[in-house]
Amino acid sequence: MGNRSSLLLREEEIAQIQEATGFTPNQIERLYSRFTSLDRGDCGTLSREDFLRIPELAINPLGERIVNAFFDESGNDRVNFLQFMQVLAHFRPIKKNSPNRLNSRQEKLKFAFKMYDLDNDDLISKDELLAILHMMVGANISEEQLTSIAERTIMEADENGDGMISFDEFSRALERTDVEQKMSIRFLS
Amino acid sequence: HAKPEYNIIAVEFHRVETPFVIGIWIFFASLAKIGFHMTPRLSKIFPESCLLIVVGVVVGVLLFQASSVHVSPLTPDTFFLYMLPPIILDAGYFMPNRLFFDHLGTILLFAVIGTIFNTLSIGASLWVLGKSGLFGFETPLLQMFLFSALISAVDPVAVLAVFEEIHVNEILYIVVFGESLLNDAVTVVLYHMFETYNEIGPANILYTDLLSGLASFFVVAIGGTIIGVIWGFATGFVTRFTDQVRVIEPIFIFVMAYLAYLNAEIFHMSSILAITFCGITMKNYVEANISHKSHTTVKYTMKMLSSSSETIIFMFLGVATVNNRHNWNTWFVVMTIVFCSVYRIVGVIFLTALANQFRLHKLDKVEKFVMSYGGLRGAVAFALVLLIDPRHVSLQPMFVTTTIAVIYFTVFIQGITIKPLVKILNVKRAEKKKLTMNERIHERIIDHVMGGIEDILGKHGNYHVRDKFKRFDNKFIRPYLL
Repeated sequence: MGNRSSLLLREEEIAQIQEATGFTPNQIERLYSRFTSLDRGDCGTLSREDFLRIPELAINPLGERIVNAFFDESGNDRVNFLQFMQVLAHFRPIKKNSPNRLNSRQEKLKFAFKMYDLDNDDLISKDELLAILHMMVGANISEEQLTSIAERTIMEADENGDGMISFDEFSRALERTDVEQKMSIRFLS
Repeated sequence: HAKPEYNIIAVEFHRVETPFVIGIWIFFASLAKIGFHMTPRLSKIFPESCLLIVVGVVVGVLLFQASSVHVSPLTPDTFFLYMLPPIILDAGYFMPNRLFFDHLGTILLFAVIGTIFNTLSIGASLWVLGKSGLFGFETPLLQMFLFSALISAVDPVAVLAVFEEIHVNEILYIVVFGESLLNDAVTVVLYHMFETYNEIGPANILYTDLLSGLASFFVVAIGGTIIGVIWGFATGFVTRFTDQVRVIEPIFIFVMAYLAYLNAEIFHMSSILAITFCGITMKNYVEANISHKSHTTVKYTMKMLSSSSETIIFMFLGVATVNNRHNWNTWFVVMTIVFCSVYRIVGVIFLTALANQFRLHKLDKVEKFVMSYGGLRGAVAFALVLLIDPRHVSLQPMFVTTTIAVIYFTVFIQGITIKPLVKILNVKRAEKKKLTMNERIHERIIDHVMGGIEDILGKHGNYHVRDKFKRFDNKFIRPYLL
């Protein structure tokens, strides 16, 4: 029991993950131990339940969507360590001398965009925006207020007048925001 | 004997003397301020604080010739009880909370470790130089430390006065300004500690006195913060019930913050910390409770009070310079300025190297330079030096003179040169921006995402803590205060 989780990663696996994500071997080891501690079933992959067992994540308004982002990558209902790492690589701080891969500004923004875009049509519709606003605010804001917020937000960002926000429009709306800093975690540098 | 007559006109100046003189002071300080803004050539080169000091000196000379001031302008009590609180409240209330807490680690590092380092190194260096006989008088170690404790603290009033004019980027601003606010606790403790040691006399200091010094630091800092936070919550709670009497809403904000300040003073806690945290805490709840008009009133009154008291402080500093009790010692003054500047630079280099290990945004060379150059000394040091009792500290008159010299050096030399230097070095400037609806919403989403990722990583960073606080706030605090 528990033998699997204490197994170390093999050299070539580390090299492969390093190649794909840019993490250092040291970080890969550290994150692997986190991965195995989340993996209650000791099967080398994580299920949605494994994620949602993290108490804080379960009450995060976006918890489920964040978890889904891990599964989009894998295409089935279990996430292996490489896929886990590929998603986390988005949040590595950007370093000037090393080439950007998953952690470029563009990729970081894409991750945020996906939080809205449920149907993967690369557009944020008014309904999608409303759904996410619902999750974020408590009960003290009325339906009409939310709708008017959503309408104003779309009007402000919508440049081509289709009533939706495309990824380009989304990026331009966040032009002045320091996404590189805001969407990086120091622990992953 | 003459029968009392009914006077049509009588002159009775002494009855109104104090308020009248104070009124005249404020009037002239404000006139002087208008004066600078009407002469763009002057106000482009000199920071306002310099010009105010100059006006102060001129007035001081006139008064000195006439030698008839009964209301001495800058006493420690008027400074700490009436002029400092409005400035700090303004700073605390309009503090960019998020920025402040994001950089709290770095700020604390500078405020606590940096100030202690400066105090000990400046004090020890002056003492060593004194041993060599350079100054031509005895320099007892404890008196040197008392002096270095008050001279080494970066001053919030001076920093605000200079940094508001140069508009450096927000990170640089918050680090220097945050340091100047939070180092108050350290300064207060070190100052009281060395003052008491001077009273006890160097021969009678026990280990326990040293330990209680350390303990009192935590008491003063945490006590001040707690007093501020409690009054902040109380203000939120009271303003919840004001919807029938809107006109008194601003009163609560000012009076309760002031009470927090005085309350901390009563217990010898850090009053600057108390009023800063009172402002930080109350803002979240008060703004939701009060009317839009009251909000505007609060904003303008606060700005007016703080800028008036800043004006008056600098002018009074000038006036207070002119007196006949000066005790000038060239070497002591020069060496104090040298040590203040050198150890500031050394401290900044070491502490930023340490802080950068833990920071996402690394502080670069230019920023380090502005941080060390922005370490201005000011009126807090002056008020503290006046508080020293000459009976226990024989060198007090010379300390006063030296403190004034250091303040002049930082306000004039550093204050005047910092603007061009910032331009030459190409320091990133602040851009005024109002958040768009998109930015507000998307940035909140990003916060939630980052909080979630931190939870997945099992690492409790800023986002995690903020998430936790928000949840707690929404569940347990807001329902009672809003």
